[in-house]
Amino acid sequence: MGRRALLAAAALAVLALVGPVLPAYPLTLLTQALIVGILAMSLDLLLGYSGMPSLGHAAYFGVGAYAVAIMTTERQVGLIGCLVVGILLATLTAAVFGLLAIRAAGTYFLMITLALGMVVWGLAFRWVSLTKGDNGISGVPRPTLLGLELITAVPFFYFCLVSAAVAWVLMGLLVVSPFGLGLRGIRGSESRMQALGYNVWLHKYVAFVLSGAFAGFAGTLWAYYNGFVSPNDVQLVTSVETLLMVALGGPGTLIGSMLGAGLIVFLKNFVSVYTKRWLLILGGVYIGVILFAPTGIVGALRGRRR
Amino acid sequence: MTAMDSALRLDNVSRSFGGLQAVDGVTLTVGAGERRALIGPNGAGKTTLFNLISGAMPCSAGRISLFGRDVTGAPAHRRAALGLARTFQITNLFPDLSVLENCLLAVQAHTPVRFAMLRPVSRYGALLDRARAVLAALALESLSDAVVRNLSHGEQRQLEIALALAGGPRVLLLDEPTAGLSPAESRLMAELLRRLDPAITVLMIEHDMDIALELSEMVTVLHYGRVIADGPREQVKADPQVKEIYLGA
Repeated sequence: MGRRALLAAAALAVLALVGPVLPAYPLTLLTQALIVGILAMSLDLLLGYSGMPSLGHAAYFGVGAYAVAIMTTERQVGLIGCLVVGILLATLTAAVFGLLAIRAAGTYFLMITLALGMVVWGLAFRWVSLTKGDNGISGVPRPTLLGLELITAVPFFYFCLVSAAVAWVLMGLLVVSPFGLGLRGIRGSESRMQALGYNVWLHKYVAFVLSGAFAGFAGTLWAYYNGFVSPNDVQLVTSVETLLMVALGGPGTLIGSMLGAGLIVFLKNFVSVYTKRWLLILGGVYIGVILFAPTGIVGALRGRRR
Repeated sequence: MTAMDSALRLDNVSRSFGGLQAVDGVTLTVGAGERRALIGPNGAGKTTLFNLISGAMPCSAGRISLFGRDVTGAPAHRRAALGLARTFQITNLFPDLSVLENCLLAVQAHTPVRFAMLRPVSRYGALLDRARAVLAALALESLSDAVVRNLSHGEQRQLEIALALAGGPRVLLLDEPTAGLSPAESRLMAELLRRLDPAITVLMIEHDMDIALELSEMVTVLHYGRVIADGPREQVKADPQVKEIYLGA
């Protein structure tokens, strides 16, 4: 753990140093990677640690993003208010969806979360009076924190860097805590966990809701980052891409999800310059990972060290 | 025996799968501190009965009580909280976790710590001590850091027992503890089971008749889901029906 924390601190320092000297475009992509990295890590809590493959994570992300977009454009609510309400609403959504989804496992869980994700997409698309439907909500202003304006790229990058670090530390603690050990136990054998005296349903439910909270946190940042929120942010492709980031980086490693997020964000933006068939490339990458590194990049690295 | 000194009581418990009556009206009382073997040919419904008692599956009919408390409708984790622990015939551990982590999961199961989120599990000294003590009692402490997937079958069977004991159970259901063990390993396992705290009530499914009869003063014989004999081992061994259909002598 000591070595890993040191490595993370070094990575953080490198990012903090290169931030200001990077050209505008890569810096924007790096900021984006940090935000979706939080989303990917939140999914890793479910997929990698608890064995719950959610395919609807864009829902909580979207609820957080829409909450911020609506509150800033309609009511000029400040950063702290937006963060609190955005995360709360996402958590609430996860709390309701969890009641419906946790009863199922494996592929069925995947299908139910997918369907619930589509419900949120449908609301974003059709509840025009609230979400402006297909047009999306534009003009979300960059926030101010304690009198500090996070309007330009560099301060906002630092804000996201700190946010991602905080999210990583909190989730990192969660997965090594007694509760997190319980989740890894559930991934290993639910029947044994039940026999040992765990309320497996409750354990999974709490994990699901917490994961939704972190996904909502990423969503709130996303609204500020993009300045624009639309049904595209909530659609299935977002959930699928997130799942891919986790698979690519290494499920059950957290930091791998962050790495996967970075790779996908940069790959997507560079490849899209040359071709419109981005999803085809994405599919290819996915198949490559499953074939050659089923435990993801970080998983493969750790496996080799052992 | 009154309901009060019985640890486990089954009243006309049945379970059917479609047309198959796997467990058919089983009535059984296991006294506190009793050692009882549950024997019977393959397919007699022994493991199904364990699944009903532990709450892994619901009964079709009948009543189950634990220390006088009706648990027929209680989920498995609540029965475990009342002091019921079980092992599995087919090894059921956490293969990706270390031996110590496996044991920690069992130790923290009945404590509020299982929901603690903000401190690493390695900081909970009391839990670690308890887990290490359980491993030491089963001569597994040298394997603490080994990943369970890499253990030998015999070691995994021992860990099965360790997990069941770690929570400090009052009733222990052992589903073929010697399954797949060599004769030498079986002897070790029997030795280990003999040394169990006498206060623990044990109901054991065991195919090795020597071990089953050696460890249990009481025997219940199951055949096609029904109890066909039940009593002290000498009496059951002498039962002509048991001799005919089971012991084959």
